[in-house]
Amino acid sequence: MDTRLNEDDLVFQAEVRQFLSEAWDKDLAATYGNIATMKEGVEEWQTRLFHKGWAAPHWPVEHGGTDWNVTQSFIYNSERAAAGAPEVLPFGVTMVASVIIAYGNDEQKKKFLPRILNSEDWWCQGYSEPGAGSDLASLKMRAELDGEEYILNGSKIWTSYAQYANWIFCLVRTDGSGRKQEGITFLLIDMESPGVTVRPINTIDGFHHLNEVFFDNVHVPIENRIGEEGKGWTYAKSLLVHERLNIAEVASSKRALTVVREEARSEINGGKSLLDDAIFAKRLTDIEIELMALEFTELRALAAISEGNPPGPESSLLKIQGTELQQAIQELRMDVAAYYSGTLQGELTPAGLGHDFADTAQKLYFRGRASSIYGGSNEIQKNITAKYVLGL
Amino acid sequence: MNFNLSEEQILIRDSIARFVAENYMFDQRNDVVGMEHGFSAEHWHQFAELGWLSIPFAEKYGGFGGGPVDIMVIMQEFGRGLVAEPYLATVILFGALLQAGGGEQVKSDYIPQIIGGELQGAFAYLERQSRYQMTDVVTRADKDGEQWILNGEKTVVLNGGAAEKLIVLARTAGQQSDEHGLSLFLIDASSSGVQRTVYRMTDGQEAATFSLKNVQVEAVIGTLGDGYALMAPVIDDARLAICANALGAMEALNEKTLEYCKTREQFGVAIGSFQALQHRLVDMFGACENVKSLMLRAVCAAQDGDADAQRSLLALKVMAGRAGRMIGGEAIQLHGGMGMTDELSIGFFVKRLMIINNLFGDADYHQQLFSALVNTPAGSAAA
Repeated sequence: MDTRLNEDDLVFQAEVRQFLSEAWDKDLAATYGNIATMKEGVEEWQTRLFHKGWAAPHWPVEHGGTDWNVTQSFIYNSERAAAGAPEVLPFGVTMVASVIIAYGNDEQKKKFLPRILNSEDWWCQGYSEPGAGSDLASLKMRAELDGEEYILNGSKIWTSYAQYANWIFCLVRTDGSGRKQEGITFLLIDMESPGVTVRPINTIDGFHHLNEVFFDNVHVPIENRIGEEGKGWTYAKSLLVHERLNIAEVASSKRALTVVREEARSEINGGKSLLDDAIFAKRLTDIEIELMALEFTELRALAAISEGNPPGPESSLLKIQGTELQQAIQELRMDVAAYYSGTLQGELTPAGLGHDFADTAQKLYFRGRASSIYGGSNEIQKNITAKYVLGL
Repeated sequence: MNFNLSEEQILIRDSIARFVAENYMFDQRNDVVGMEHGFSAEHWHQFAELGWLSIPFAEKYGGFGGGPVDIMVIMQEFGRGLVAEPYLATVILFGALLQAGGGEQVKSDYIPQIIGGELQGAFAYLERQSRYQMTDVVTRADKDGEQWILNGEKTVVLNGGAAEKLIVLARTAGQQSDEHGLSLFLIDASSSGVQRTVYRMTDGQEAATFSLKNVQVEAVIGTLGDGYALMAPVIDDARLAICANALGAMEALNEKTLEYCKTREQFGVAIGSFQALQHRLVDMFGACENVKSLMLRAVCAAQDGDADAQRSLLALKVMAGRAGRMIGGEAIQLHGGMGMTDELSIGFFVKRLMIINNLFGDADYHQQLFSALVNTPAGSAAA
């Protein structure tokens, strides 16, 4: 049992810091942070990571990953978050790539992995349907095999950034006769295919990131099927576990809490700093203490993975607690912004509005409400934990 | 002892409910909020015709002479319908301040105009540095001969876009956060030296920041230096009013969420059949009932001029803020992805509740006021 960094770790930490200080600059942060230029920002950031060889650290080295151990992954993530730099968007690098690496054939690996790694392709996820949310396995989008092609009909919903994506991975129903988990197939679909349309869904944070994607007699070649027909649920489940680990975002929450603390320090109420306000200080430190615990829960999970154990159902707990803490920090920041938290900056600058972070705080707050819903709602995570961890 | 509304109050409540049913369905509300200033001038004139704008004003100015219960009834129904028209800003703040401290000429000129739906007003009391300390005021009023002149900046002024007249809180004496030395001034929003920056609030209503450079005052409202004493009871009435508004919004959210849980099916059954969700719906219901109880406690105390009125009001504001946030969060969560969209009204209700929590101070701030009140030996009243 040892959590100290050794000399090699410190050298690595210095390298990460050096890279971040150059690669994550103010201009890029501004491009990334503006919804109008976000796509460009994502691609530029991921390209810089690609050139460094860090676009997909958790991949096997043969496909372009690193051979970082758990400590190095932790160092990288902590430093990245502390610098305010975002994670790589998960849909390609983390989600579909994990499935392709684990279950795809050699041709699929050769075709898709390099284009994920260099951000040539933008992937989105087609799982949920209007009638299949928490009950994902009840999905109905049909795929009929017709010679060497599947013909797709149906729709997918809550598809993040489908408006930017050129590929979508979908769970589709190829057989409706047995248990609902059976008869689900995992397909990779070119968004340019005739019959694919994207409808934007406007959300309470004022951004357009969600969509509904419609499939009207869309032809998909059989070579775009992952693994066997009817085994899609098994493949997807392994991927969901990865998604949940990712969702905790402990390192980002640590940084967010630091930001809130500094903003609160300079907020004066009745002549004293908000940090000197007992009620506020209690709320802030309650969050910090829970975050300290979660940080080590996450480390324990990562250490288990590094010893060759697959991420297990414990990842559900990380997802629940991680998202609850994210939301608590977002809420706290709204309270620091006080009555400005209700204002919309619109076309004004922060100076024009008279407040530096209120507009960002309210957008993150409202967007953050989704984190306890996506990736399997927190209620579903509790069901999983009750069933598979506690054996209830 | 009873908690029944009078026949007149029931009539008002039902007429607002009818108005909401006819004019405030989801798409209609979106249209209204999309209009200039974020509300419908036509609705405002309807309010005037229906007598709703006359409620808190004295009969000698054409008012209805209503009390806190009447205001509660109106604001609660407005909350249920998420009504966007600026009743709080023009009637409950601006109008009440005029009535409390305006000279006879000012009152007889302007109150009938408010009642007739012809005048929009606002109360400019906040400043960037003031946070929830309303007495933290650096905007100055200085006398130039017989004329008072204002210099400074007032922020997040509700209804600031449409307001034609403003009542401005400014310092005429004392140090930055002193209660004493604050005075209230009526100005025309289009006066020379007034620069208005308009923006929207998350719930669609309009607010503005007013930069004031050598602005000539139209009238002094109340006694010089005693502005805070004049505004404090008006703010208290407004606190009661917005809590009623929040209560209506919470009731609506609970009804919508309950209905959704009864009809949305997953795993082959309505999600409302799951115990884990049932318990949460019960908690939401319980939170709303608690707010309702404190609402009635506070409104009765206010009506009777009870010594306990302040304690009840502060308790109400604390609980309304916390319950609003809890119910809002749960309403989104139980609606799942749909709760995140602008395709349902859930998010709009949540935003209104968030804004109400911050108005005149958030739940934590009010808990401090409450604590100061009850923990001061002479200030503690029996339950």
